[in-house]
Amino acid sequence: MTPAPMIRALVAAALLACGSAGAFTLEEFQFQSPAQEQEFRELIGKLRCLVCQNESLAASQADLAQDLRKEVYQMMQDGKSHDEIIEFLVARYGDFVLYQPPVKPSTYILWFGPFVLIGVGGFLLLRAIQRRRREPEPDLSAAEHDRIERLLTQPGTRPGDTQDRAS
Amino acid sequence: MARSQSRSKSSYLVPLGIFLALAALLFYGLGLDPKKVPSPLVGKPAPSFELESLLEPGKTISSDILKGKMSLVNVWASWCPSCRQEHGELIRIARESDVQMIGFNWKDERRAALEMLRRYGNPYVLSVFDPENQVGIDWGVYGAPETFVVDAEGIIRHKRIGPIDQRVWEEEILPVIEQYRSKG
Amino acid sequence: MIPELGHFALILALGLALVQSVVPLWGSFNGRRPWMEMARPLAWGQLTFLAVAFACLLQAFLTDDFSVRYVAEQSNTLLPQIYKVSALWGGHEGSLLLWVLMLGLWGAAVAAFSRNLPLPMISRVIAVQGMVAIGFLLFTLLTSNPFERLFPIPPEGRDLNPLLQDPGLAVHPPMLYMGYVGFSVAFSFAIAALIGGKLDAAWARWSRPWTTVAWIFLTIGIALGSWWAYYELGWGGWWFWDPVENASFMPWLAGTALMHSLAVTEKRGAFKSWTVLLAISAFSLSLLGTFLVRSGVLTSVHAFATDPSRGTFILAFLVIVIGGSLALYAWRAPAVSGGGRFDLVSRESFLLVNNLLLAALALLVLFGTLAPLIYEAAGWGKISVGFPWFNTMFIALSPFLVLAMGVGPSTRWKHDEPGRLARLLWVPLILSLGVLALASTGLMFPGNLWVGLGLGLSTWLVLTHLVSLKERLRNKGGLGGLIGDLRNRSRSFYGMWLAHIGVAVFIVGATVVSNFGSETDLRMSPGDVHEVAGYRFQFNGAQPHDGPNFRAQRGEFVIYKGERQIDVLHPEKRSYLSGGMPMTEAGIDPGFLRDLYVSLGEPVGTQGDWAVRIYYKPYVRWIWLAGILMALGGLLAVSDGRYRTARKRVPVPAGGGLARA
Repeated sequence: MTPAPMIRALVAAALLACGSAGAFTLEEFQFQSPAQEQEFRELIGKLRCLVCQNESLAASQADLAQDLRKEVYQMMQDGKSHDEIIEFLVARYGDFVLYQPPVKPSTYILWFGPFVLIGVGGFLLLRAIQRRRREPEPDLSAAEHDRIERLLTQPGTRPGDTQDRAS
Repeated sequence: MARSQSRSKSSYLVPLGIFLALAALLFYGLGLDPKKVPSPLVGKPAPSFELESLLEPGKTISSDILKGKMSLVNVWASWCPSCRQEHGELIRIARESDVQMIGFNWKDERRAALEMLRRYGNPYVLSVFDPENQVGIDWGVYGAPETFVVDAEGIIRHKRIGPIDQRVWEEEILPVIEQYRSKG
Repeated sequence: MIPELGHFALILALGLALVQSVVPLWGSFNGRRPWMEMARPLAWGQLTFLAVAFACLLQAFLTDDFSVRYVAEQSNTLLPQIYKVSALWGGHEGSLLLWVLMLGLWGAAVAAFSRNLPLPMISRVIAVQGMVAIGFLLFTLLTSNPFERLFPIPPEGRDLNPLLQDPGLAVHPPMLYMGYVGFSVAFSFAIAALIGGKLDAAWARWSRPWTTVAWIFLTIGIALGSWWAYYELGWGGWWFWDPVENASFMPWLAGTALMHSLAVTEKRGAFKSWTVLLAISAFSLSLLGTFLVRSGVLTSVHAFATDPSRGTFILAFLVIVIGGSLALYAWRAPAVSGGGRFDLVSRESFLLVNNLLLAALALLVLFGTLAPLIYEAAGWGKISVGFPWFNTMFIALSPFLVLAMGVGPSTRWKHDEPGRLARLLWVPLILSLGVLALASTGLMFPGNLWVGLGLGLSTWLVLTHLVSLKERLRNKGGLGGLIGDLRNRSRSFYGMWLAHIGVAVFIVGATVVSNFGSETDLRMSPGDVHEVAGYRFQFNGAQPHDGPNFRAQRGEFVIYKGERQIDVLHPEKRSYLSGGMPMTEAGIDPGFLRDLYVSLGEPVGTQGDWAVRIYYKPYVRWIWLAGILMALGGLLAVSDGRYRTARKRVPVPAGGGLARA
């Protein structure tokens, strides 16, 4: 196990940075056109901050996030394409840096799994309802018929009573 | 009728089954550190660099120093409390092991970094200075301390995220060093 | 002395919980009345001791007793008094104490408001509450004691995380916990029913109000959290699919499904095993949330200081409670299920679809939250699942839910004719499709497919509900009947109606703010004016400004629309004296139809320039308005007269209840 207290202190400091409504804006990144700016924003929205791991590069206030934003900006200015920039970062930080898991065979289950499961669930449900419908409703025995007669005609019957159905 | 009953009876066990699988997963997860991001650079040549020396401003150190000898590249900064914590262990390792310890001062101020080395000792054979995180990004550094084990051919063999203590040294790093030492 | 008293009170509470779990339960099996009658006093006693413990810790905070380690970690002499109170639940140990206090409160409430329940049932319910309390009290006493002393006594505390020094966030945890813990009541009812082997409409009617009240609190808690994140975190977001947020959302989804399922079980005797499973799941998800937040298994900006050893304890607790209840379910549920038949086209069917989709959404959120862990455990590498995935999945599945929500309220129980429904609802359908088409193609106003989908779905909800209201009032004699309806025992219909309208309001708010909002980053010099969305923002520079425990730079922004001055905003950049990162306080001009939001970034240069961010957030308040509507709807439903009438009309016969057990 890692030496807990020190790691905790470091993590706490980092988390405070992540949770804080901190300093960085995207002000310093100047673009030639709004389309370029849009592309930049889109790109950093797709990347994960490695320090504040639940935030995208667009939102994170961590120091490292600003470094990475600058790097992305620089690469865009150098004319690198969208894919080249992503490849660059993935080569250094792994798939984890992608905020959206890539669609590749190992992540098929993540992208398609929910739909498959719901489809299966819906199908099973439909079958269950159909099966129920086909089963005949249990009929009441003669004794139970008598009992109902008595209960319904007796005065002062308490409606709060419940009877478990024999089903 | 009986068959459909037993089929539906066993289906009541499904929630329990799912939960137990979940519990096993969570138990496994307790042993992990979710903040650790494994490095895709392990097994690949260390990214080349040319950085200023920390101790001698103006002098350039290139990544050629990684060739020919097994190295530990230790990413550290003066503002990082865990780095201070592992510093003692690093000095011990530098003294006892034949692996060359390279210091990689990251996102720091020269003065504060030098002060820390003066006060706590300098385990590094060489120290490079990367205040603007130009090379750190190439190495996939995202926090301090981090330590890379680079073999004599300049290939990264392991990345340690977090500080190094005696146990980490013996159980995690030393085996890697031994494994790739003969290649040098 | 007082902290020791508090500690002792906790131990006593644990002792009572032990008795509470065993004696009344045993009494319900062997029919010993005196044993069962101990249940209520034990619940009261537990609450008393928990309240004492809580009061002792509170006293330590209010008197700045830094000899108590937890107080030293969370508080500070400069902290405003009100935040000294809320600091009590700002950290792990104290929040646990709050959790267990709530458990005591709910247990005592059950003891108080259950005069009409048969004694064996109530003893089992309270016994199960006691078992849950044992787990939490053991956890607190053994691993997370808030009363631990610190030596040497520090002269000053460390201070509450500045983010938490806020009214919204002070109230958010108590609301959430009331919800989470409230689901324990439905859980206890379900377990008691499984033990007794009897699950009928009366059980559902007893469980329903408790579940609804817990749900109301959880709804408010989540809405508060979202609202807080929006104005405090400084960059205008209101939901991040953060693991801790998900941990609160999953029980909410399960709780919603439970509420609806209980309705069916009460009215038609159907869905019994579903309802029991949902009752177990809602509380289990609450417990799971507790685990995720405190164990260090997941990263989150919200997480408490994590500690795997604590995680192991909670996990063991989870396995016992959840595993045990699911095992009980597997064993006993077949005996209690069965029930009303219904056709393919019937209200039951639609509610079943509703259940399925809500459960699927809850599982989806669970899956996404744990996916990184699953992948790592399976050795498939480290992936990250974040905002984009959750959003995509949620938006893909929720339209089906909304569609069903539109049809369900107009559908008859047990059997309905598709033709009849078509006749009722074709107008809403056509109109909604029209809105979808118009908004998607951007003919009348700028739009895209998402806007079309969102607006089309909300139109569908509103129109179908107007139809169902019209149908109802037609049978009740028009608008005049509405008043009578509300006064009698049909409030639950209006509760549902209001809550569903709340969902429509939410969809509109979320759709509009996501698609038509804007965010501008720029550098402004004092005197600069910038225009966003028709509003002119004039920056008048920033001045130093100090607070009770911080120093700040305070900017001034004057907003104009046309010639008229709308508002003056004062965003701040604060440095808290206890150290740490600087915090931003945004300046917000709130409005029903739009928020104008300014935050200070960094000072640039030496002339007083600042990098600032200006947001235009249309309809964002509708999101939290939706939460209010849903909570009000729930309140309306709970106040339905039938829950109170039942008490008058069913006296407990002597010995009659026991024979059933």
